[in-house]
Amino acid sequence: MSDSATGGGTTADMPVTDEKSRRDFLLISTASVGVVGTALACWPLIHAMNPAADTLALASTEVDLAPVQTGQSITVVWRGKPVFIRRRTADEIKTAEAVPMDKLIDPEADSKRVKKPEWLIMVGVCTHLGCIPLGQRPNDPHGEFGGWFCPCHGSHYDTSGRIRKGPAPKNLEVPPYQFVSDTFIRIG
Amino acid sequence: MAAKSYSNPIVKWIEYRLPIFSFLDHELNEYPTPRNLNYWWNFGSLAGIILVIMIATGIVLAMSYTPHVDYAFESVERIMRDVNYGWLLRYIHTNGGSAFFIVVYIHLFRGMYYGSYKAPRELLWIIGVVILLAMMATAFMGYVLPWGQMSFWAATVITNLFSAVPLVGESIVTWLWGGFSVDNPTLNRFYSLHYLLPFVIFALVFVHLWALHVHKSNNPTGVDIKGPQDTIPFHPYYTIKDTFGLGAFMIVFMFFVFFAPNFFGEPDNYIKANPLVTPAHIVPEWYFLPYYAILRAITFDIWFIPAKLIGVAAMFGSILILLFLPWLDRSKVRSATFRPVYKQVFWVFVVDCIILGWVGANTPDAEFHGIKMLWIGQAATFYYFFHIVILIPLISVFETPRALPDSISQAVTPGGKS
Amino acid sequence: MNAMRKRLGLALAVALALGLAAGATMAAEGGKPPAQTWSFDGLFGTYDRAAAQRGFLVYNTVCAACHSLSLVAYRNLDGIGFKDDAIKAIAAAKEVPDGPNDQGEMFNRPGQPADRFARPFANDNAARAANNGALPPDLSLITKARKGGADYIHALMVGYKEPPTGMQMMEGMQYNAYFPGNQIAMLPPLSEGQVEYADGTKATIPQMAHDVSTFLTWAAEPEMEERKRMGVKVLLFLIVLTAMLYALKRQIWTDVH
Repeated sequence: MSDSATGGGTTADMPVTDEKSRRDFLLISTASVGVVGTALACWPLIHAMNPAADTLALASTEVDLAPVQTGQSITVVWRGKPVFIRRRTADEIKTAEAVPMDKLIDPEADSKRVKKPEWLIMVGVCTHLGCIPLGQRPNDPHGEFGGWFCPCHGSHYDTSGRIRKGPAPKNLEVPPYQFVSDTFIRIG
Repeated sequence: MAAKSYSNPIVKWIEYRLPIFSFLDHELNEYPTPRNLNYWWNFGSLAGIILVIMIATGIVLAMSYTPHVDYAFESVERIMRDVNYGWLLRYIHTNGGSAFFIVVYIHLFRGMYYGSYKAPRELLWIIGVVILLAMMATAFMGYVLPWGQMSFWAATVITNLFSAVPLVGESIVTWLWGGFSVDNPTLNRFYSLHYLLPFVIFALVFVHLWALHVHKSNNPTGVDIKGPQDTIPFHPYYTIKDTFGLGAFMIVFMFFVFFAPNFFGEPDNYIKANPLVTPAHIVPEWYFLPYYAILRAITFDIWFIPAKLIGVAAMFGSILILLFLPWLDRSKVRSATFRPVYKQVFWVFVVDCIILGWVGANTPDAEFHGIKMLWIGQAATFYYFFHIVILIPLISVFETPRALPDSISQAVTPGGKS
Repeated sequence: MNAMRKRLGLALAVALALGLAAGATMAAEGGKPPAQTWSFDGLFGTYDRAAAQRGFLVYNTVCAACHSLSLVAYRNLDGIGFKDDAIKAIAAAKEVPDGPNDQGEMFNRPGQPADRFARPFANDNAARAANNGALPPDLSLITKARKGGADYIHALMVGYKEPPTGMQMMEGMQYNAYFPGNQIAMLPPLSEGQVEYADGTKATIPQMAHDVSTFLTWAAEPEMEERKRMGVKVLLFLIVLTAMLYALKRQIWTDVH
């Protein structure tokens, strides 16, 4: 047959161009289909590491604001983190709105941080290195600006949750939320 | 040794420091393989690919599994219901276990039929049996992890067997359990070992392939490779044949994963483990049924040795005896193709193994047309050992084999020599 | 040729063994449940939404008094066609445990979609105490945990009969033709017209049995529709790819054959 002493099959006897291009086409198309299939097969392994359905179900937290009195702060958990909700007094709102932008480490107007000025909603995690600032309870230290004080490295936040003094670079984060009704919010 | 030189500068740089490219060229590309291998030779590479699939799915499953008796069952259901594609990974993993054993059993029977265990491949065969034992340990422990009724009770029954060991039996069992019964310590250590063993198997497979590459593959004629006219390079011939075989296998495998995912399983394992309620029938997974039948076949004491100990010894012995096959079979002829008596008897052996599996699935007191399952099991167990220890040696000595072809190429070339 | 015949004989032996395996074990089982036609049968089966929703009503009204469904969350009900508002209402109608509160006490609160189905009893012991020592099993996986699956559950529901003459029933047990051992602690759960179906379907016992079995199959296998859909695509892809691989193999091997 076609074998020579050097062993292995040879393609010496085929009409060159036709056979070769036919084989090339078959090889390339099969290889492409195979590669696509392998990639598709790998996707479940990767996507399985993304948040599962039960985790996503807890991606939103609903909070009833009706029981919160003026001047009262509550803490709720959202996506594993504390969220500070404060029903601000008129004084606190006025103080927050009166601060000029050039006095702020992270300039941001109070009106940009709230949807209703009475309700301040922010993630209670210090933007420095992640400790939870004090100030939710009446007897807690509130720092020099009447808001929150982080005991870890001495960051002071004002009545709008903005960083005023200390090592934190950014204001306390405002999470995405919406008012489902006047007294009911959905965070996330 | 091919002194191949590469043109690509990056390849050259790596090759000079770690000759991985010439290694792969030699072992995977040019590697001479008999030209006449049939499809029974696909099952080795198939087993290797299934091992990779099991490890990949297992690692991702392990990210969501909780190995605590109070959470294990629910964590598996969380995987099935909440984890993205969790159901798919879980079904691939459980059915992959069954697939792994089907493929490995066929691979093993291929070796028995064609004499692949004979010199100079005895060590290759022995490593294979060790891999089988490691697979069984891995599968056994893996099955405990979902913490269903069968998980718990199979673990209880099998670990209790070690109490049959004289003198130290009870201590061994307590040591295995980490307590006074199968409980949380047991589950946790099974999880640890179940994660570990597949990598041990991976290393054993590497040694298995290393041993294979020394003397190359056997072939359906059992005749040694005499020269290059008998072989073809592994690539592209066997790479494409193995890939095609993989495709065909995947069709069957994926059919079970998507359309009959619980076919090989037991409904009882969807009930959370209850140490106070024993299921009506404790049955292991199908790939353990023959050994289960052998274990339960020994119901009588011999002299001072209790039946339980003999049963355990017979069960492990049925696999360990395979290690001696290269020396029990004294035939100079490898392949059953040229051994007319051995060939017939081989199929009887296969049927016997299937019968043992069937017996293992039934309760010992069940009856088949008036014959007690226990008796069938005892007969089948007797034949199993009789075949390996008596028949194979006798046949190998007294059989007149058929005339062997001069060479592989002579066997495959119609009408004459090459 | 001889090898071929032997292989055929082998295949026959396997078929025989598998066929007989079923027959030889039937000792203490109940009768074999008759096969029903289910909307989810076959390669292209789906869950009949209407039947599953009716089945949910049966579960919620009749079964939930004793049987938990603790692996299913209220939010999962969108899988059988319930909308967000309906799900919220269904969840809020039940109370789930939560806590501890600031006083350190556990308390109950209305359910939310993210919660799993409320259990009728706090734990297994409470369940047994309320049921003469018998434990009503959780139904989340019941169709996968019983041989015969949905057919068995259906048969069980309609299988209550008078015990055959001469059979001694144990105290407090009911005769059921399909329960293993034929003696079941559960009283016949379904009765004619027990629930009022919103879609006007008549609530006969076989109808309710059919609907609740559909619902429970969904509860055990919510992924089934996606699984079968994906399966069809995967298998078609593999058949095409394998055919191409075979063609390529034949081509590459022409010079060897």
